[in-house]
Amino acid sequence: MRIVTISLTLICLCLFIAARPVAALDSNLITRLASDDSDEKISAIHQLIEDDPAKAITILHALSDGQLALAGSRLIILNGDRASDAISGEKIETVPANTDAITINNRIRRIVATMLSSLDIFASDSKTRLNSARYLARNATFDSLPIIEKALQKETNPEIKNRLMVARSMASLGSSDAAVRLKAVAYLKNEATPATRQLLSALLVKNGDNWQEPDAAVRSTAQASLKEIDRKLAYGENLDRIFTGLSLGSLLLLAAMGLAITYGVMGIINMAHGELLMIGAYATYAVQAFFRLHFPEWINWYLPAALPCSFLAAAIVGMILERLVIRHLYGRPLETLLATWGLSLFLIQTVRTLFGAQNVEVANPVWMSGGITLLPSLVLPWNRIIIIGFAIAVLAGMWAILSLTRLGLFVRAVTQNRSMSGCLGVPTGKIDTLAFGLGAGIAGLGGLALSQVSNVGPDMGQGYIVDSFMVVVLGGVGQLAGAVWAALGLGVFSKILENWSGAVIAKIAVLVFIIVFIQKRPQGIFALKGRTVES
Amino acid sequence: MSAQKITCSLTATTGLQETDSPLLPTRLMAILDSKTIIMGGGFAFIACVLVPILHLVLPVGHPLHLSDYFVTLIGKILCYAIVAVAFDLIWGYAGILSLGHGIFFALGGYAFGMYLMRGIGMDGNYHSHLPDFMVFLNWKSFPWYWVGSSHFLWALFLVIAVPALLALVFGFFAFRSRIRGVYFSIITQALTFACMLLFFRNETGFGGNNGFTDFKRILGYSITAPATRVTLFALSALMLLFTLFISRFLVTSKFGRVLTAIRDAESRVMFIGYNPVSFKLFIWTLSAVLCAIAGALYVPQVGIINPGEMSPANSIEIAIWVAVGGRGKLRGAVLGAFIVNLAKSWFTVSFPEYWLFFLGALFVLVTLYLPDGVVGLWEKTLHQLRRKGVTL
Repeated sequence: MRIVTISLTLICLCLFIAARPVAALDSNLITRLASDDSDEKISAIHQLIEDDPAKAITILHALSDGQLALAGSRLIILNGDRASDAISGEKIETVPANTDAITINNRIRRIVATMLSSLDIFASDSKTRLNSARYLARNATFDSLPIIEKALQKETNPEIKNRLMVARSMASLGSSDAAVRLKAVAYLKNEATPATRQLLSALLVKNGDNWQEPDAAVRSTAQASLKEIDRKLAYGENLDRIFTGLSLGSLLLLAAMGLAITYGVMGIINMAHGELLMIGAYATYAVQAFFRLHFPEWINWYLPAALPCSFLAAAIVGMILERLVIRHLYGRPLETLLATWGLSLFLIQTVRTLFGAQNVEVANPVWMSGGITLLPSLVLPWNRIIIIGFAIAVLAGMWAILSLTRLGLFVRAVTQNRSMSGCLGVPTGKIDTLAFGLGAGIAGLGGLALSQVSNVGPDMGQGYIVDSFMVVVLGGVGQLAGAVWAALGLGVFSKILENWSGAVIAKIAVLVFIIVFIQKRPQGIFALKGRTVES
Repeated sequence: MSAQKITCSLTATTGLQETDSPLLPTRLMAILDSKTIIMGGGFAFIACVLVPILHLVLPVGHPLHLSDYFVTLIGKILCYAIVAVAFDLIWGYAGILSLGHGIFFALGGYAFGMYLMRGIGMDGNYHSHLPDFMVFLNWKSFPWYWVGSSHFLWALFLVIAVPALLALVFGFFAFRSRIRGVYFSIITQALTFACMLLFFRNETGFGGNNGFTDFKRILGYSITAPATRVTLFALSALMLLFTLFISRFLVTSKFGRVLTAIRDAESRVMFIGYNPVSFKLFIWTLSAVLCAIAGALYVPQVGIINPGEMSPANSIEIAIWVAVGGRGKLRGAVLGAFIVNLAKSWFTVSFPEYWLFFLGALFVLVTLYLPDGVVGLWEKTLHQLRRKGVTL
């Protein structure tokens, strides 16, 4: 019997202890929450969250929606003509007559909103917690410090913990304790984002005679952290610039590689080269449309199927052009230039008639979206990485064809000495057609790559013709290696310049640079030596 | 065939070197034979007397009345014809294929357009002394290069000086490094492309995308008045005559012979002791200036100038005018400009979707089958008829 009494007492005691927060809520907290003083209210909200985050979510929601009310000493949530107890959650059948709504001003409303969005940090799902921690690491204010502290105590996931540490440092910048601020400022140097940069530099602003940050030690640490962040940011930005430059360069390379064969090796000025790119891009579009219509479930894999199609489409058009027009103009480069310009107008108008004058939409497959995050300020998008890889693959393929196959051997032989090759039995006419077809086909592959990053329209080729000629001319005629270096160099150079002076000025500067460069080295970076030069 | 040409031109050059240059009056007599004087005089009469009468005096609706559209269209094509002759000087006679000649035309147009913009005065949409686009950019005063542009004579000076300077500097470096053929074509294309991008920027101070338009008056006269239109028309015609005259004078002179020789065999000309750079540079700069004057005449007639005039496509179209008419023949250039542009205005009105097909086909067919253009074809036919004993 005694045992029963003791255990009962113990249970009661336990219950009492467990119920204590609720009791506190009941009396002290509720009056503070309902008080007219904003600071009282805020501290009550903080305590509410500290005591019971799960319950706090419901109450804060009700508070921000204006549904929280006081009925005597009871906190209730009024929703239309229904009411429930805010603390226990039980329904109240008869809505009390004398309710006193708890109103909040804008300042509290803002705080409540921040709290609500950060309360996800207590969710059981780690993904939700991570998102919430990321949110906090961007938006933490002094008001959310208690939440962060509480979450940090329980958190075990290192990634979330790391985000929370950042958030805590950001939040404690608002603390009145200089030592806490010092620690925070020192910690923030690990977080190199523009947001932290802004936060830290705000501390170093002088308002009249008073510094924004009163403590000198904190200021000097902030200065040091800022320097560190700037260094890291600049590093990331430079890497990013070089990367975009490389990807632009590989696009230029893809556009110019076909030209390196037709112009560089065969000596044909093909102004319709841009239009062959355009045909490759439209072939990609056609394959995509075909997949949409017939194999919607395979739509993500239309690109591999488009590879041979865009190559063949451009190659066939190229070979037709060569047979019909260009063949009759060998040895007359200026006339070839004019005639191929005419062909380019013809092709543009044909595509316009067939597909309409508007740009068509070519979608990225799902596996090309997203990217690799290397640094907080450096994300490498997949489509650019794939295009760089693709350019390398096409380059390797072209090199292999030119130097390892019989066709490549013939092409090189015909370029070096046409009549001698003819005498030795090389069908020079056929080789011309095939080589031109190869160059055109590679342009088609370039069009496929372009369709993934830029607009596809009848005029798209016009924008690339000047660029691709620049690459070939800069690299040196008759050179693959030259074209590669010129394309990558131009890409990186113009991206770096672009950041410094704006896109248009960068483009103009690049063109002017090439004009000046050609004055100095008319044969390009890699000049051919020997007899072939003066032809 | 080309070897024959080379020998011809070389003997001509060396032959001329031995004899003294003929006196100027003799030279003038030589190029102004009676046929030329009659044709030129007739042309000047039509442009300066007949057209104004038909346009101004005859009432609208009279069967012989020339409409505004017609006068503007022909006036525009007269400007193009000046460009074509200038282009023929460098391509047909010196063998320099420029794909950026539109830039000189546009620069001349812009230089004169600045004067016309100042002429709007306070009548713009914002009633400011600044052009509308500057008000739009929130500029408070004119940038330095607009200083003096309200003076007509300064504008004329700019029309000639700016393109001449650009051509001189660019040409000097290009010809000195012996850039020729296709390389030259490509870098001139890059030049005009770069300038187009520059003029497309709003901050450049030339109205960006929209360029200059909405002109009101020129030298105090309303720009839309029929009398102004006819005057500009007559001026364009006289300028074309003048261009043809000096071109004829140049190409038939010793200078012209050397140019032709440079076109056909530059290295040999150098070995003989001539320096091709100065010859090329002179004709290149002259051609640029002629284009600029044509541009300055073009802008008030058309009423707009924008960076589109600098697009590589426009410049390359000039080459096809000359090719259609007949490369290396001055009247061929004029004829080509008229044929292609009349066809263009007809096509773009009647069936715009076929214009590019036509233009593309023109480029291909002319280069393949008509290397000497329409004039060459005509001469060949005449020649064959004469050989068969037919007299015309």
